[in-house]
Amino acid sequence: MNCKQVFSIIAVLAVSLPVTVFAVRASEIAPAVVYSTGGKFDGSFNQSAFEGADRFKQETGIDYREFELRNDTQSEQAIRNFAREGRDPIIVIGFQQATSLAKVAPEFPDTRFAIVDMVVDQPNVQSVVFREHEGTYLVGMLAAMASDTGTIGVVGGMDIPLIRRMTCGYALGALQAVSGIKVLENMTGTTGAAWNDPARGAELATTQIGLGADVVLQLAGGTGIGVLQAAADAGKLGIGSDANQNGLHPGSVLTSMVKHVDVAVFDAFEAARNGGWKPGIRSLGLAEGGIDWAFDDFNRDLITPAMKDAADAARNDIIDGRITVHDYMQDGTCPR
Amino acid sequence: MDNFELVILLLDATLRTSTPLILAALAGMFSERSGTINLALEGMMLGGAFSAAAVAYYVGNPWIGLLAAIGTTICLSLLHGFACITHKGNQVVSGMAINILMSGLTALVGIALFAQGGKTPSLDHGSRFQPITLPGADAVADVPVLGSIYSELLSGHNILVYVAFLAVPAAWWVMYRTRFGLRLRAVGENPGAVDTAGIGVVAMRYRAVMCSGVLVGMSGAYLSTAQGASFLQDMTAGKGYIALAAMVFGKWRPFPALFACLLFGFLDAAATRMQGVILPGIGEVPVQLVQALPYVLTVVLLAGFIGRATPPKSLGRPYVKER
Repeated sequence: MNCKQVFSIIAVLAVSLPVTVFAVRASEIAPAVVYSTGGKFDGSFNQSAFEGADRFKQETGIDYREFELRNDTQSEQAIRNFAREGRDPIIVIGFQQATSLAKVAPEFPDTRFAIVDMVVDQPNVQSVVFREHEGTYLVGMLAAMASDTGTIGVVGGMDIPLIRRMTCGYALGALQAVSGIKVLENMTGTTGAAWNDPARGAELATTQIGLGADVVLQLAGGTGIGVLQAAADAGKLGIGSDANQNGLHPGSVLTSMVKHVDVAVFDAFEAARNGGWKPGIRSLGLAEGGIDWAFDDFNRDLITPAMKDAADAARNDIIDGRITVHDYMQDGTCPR
Repeated sequence: MDNFELVILLLDATLRTSTPLILAALAGMFSERSGTINLALEGMMLGGAFSAAAVAYYVGNPWIGLLAAIGTTICLSLLHGFACITHKGNQVVSGMAINILMSGLTALVGIALFAQGGKTPSLDHGSRFQPITLPGADAVADVPVLGSIYSELLSGHNILVYVAFLAVPAAWWVMYRTRFGLRLRAVGENPGAVDTAGIGVVAMRYRAVMCSGVLVGMSGAYLSTAQGASFLQDMTAGKGYIALAAMVFGKWRPFPALFACLLFGFLDAAATRMQGVILPGIGEVPVQLVQALPYVLTVVLLAGFIGRATPPKSLGRPYVKER
């Protein structure tokens, strides 16, 4: 072996070594997402999760696997399959999957799990919950200030405490901004189908509009598409939720209560990658940037400076702790 | 707002929610009166809703969308007929197969075409059926009682709502006053006798399932291009089965079926308004109870008040020519 060959081998090694190191580091995590029913393009909750996972893929080049539930019973199997394949971390989206995760997580103590919207108390599970009531409080204020009729509405999806907490925040915010305002409240249903029934959503919104509401907030996933449609058809204002839905009907969507599930998913992946992952409860609200209301070109003309100032002031008050929005899930009541 | 206004709004919602049920129930009636069980209404509705929304999106015209919906559902009903009439397959199984097939297929094609997870893009105003204001509705709006009944309740629906209500007397006339209707009913009761009279049982049954396809296609188009503005996976949410129940409730006859559909529509509309209402002595009505109400009433009414529902005699039995 002559000098030249030795040099070339060293050169090859020198070039390939960092690459191998990088490849090993990149393959250290193999993330997976299990979306909730409604599908990853629901224009709402799941889509937001998908966007977070996709951003992670684009920024780091690490691919992820995903599963869309057709019904809730698939959840346990989907999570277990990913865990068995050695996927880590595994993020499950939606409160319905909590029981499945609570069952599967102890079977794979070395796998890191995360769940969005529910608390699962296991040593290897990170529970990401949002303080949505802070966000609905702000959009409630905006709705009340935008209303001419003194009546606003909200259409929830499935009748669960999580949604009740959001409607409660909405009503409290509205009453704070305009005392004595009437808040109409309807739930779509009591089963998972309530997230995917736009016809019923439209019917509920039309009913509320018939009763005098001129701003209607949707908290119903796919059903909410029908709510916003009905509001736009009637020439009234809708309010989106979860994802920024201002662009769905430009000029007819007052704002959106944005819940950054994408941030939750991205952060969980990123933390798993750089070793900062921790189990336990992670609560995201206005202060952490997990919740916000959307202000962009689509609704610039609908939000007056006075409305924006009031909402921004209230946001600062909530962040600083001067206002505490009542949490329905603490005591099951909504003191109006 | 006074109570009269509330009642008008409630009835107005009843018309909107019962329209797809009426069309689908009539569709089921045509098929079943000829002896072919049509459990596939749910799947056909989905197929129709998807085709209507997808084609209306591309073409920008709801009428072309409606034609596409009807085309799709006729194809599906021919498929059902091919399995059940030509090959004498089990009609319940074929119907369920179509339901499952369409639930998946619409989403699959939707993802392939639009990449929005099985949804179709939202339709703009020009690609949907718009509300029609009946002549003079604005003029009489201020007349008490009758004026608001005319302008709020009867006027302001889209064309398919009116079509659905006109389809009921039309179906009655076809079924009971035409030669086609007589033969159709006879094929469902006693196909042997019809065959003896020299009329093709198979051709008759095919025509009946095609009629069924036309009607259910309209109900699908109503969901996605008139009431809503896009197709969503499984957006029928069981309406096909409810229509089937309404048809049985109405003893396989057009006008009773209409009333059954209106009853279901009314209960549905009332259920959305009953939520959170404080009743004296009971307190707030729970959402769960309100939503179970239509089904509870169905069971009670079926058991106690409607009496025996007699299906067509040879319903579900494929016709085998004697040799």
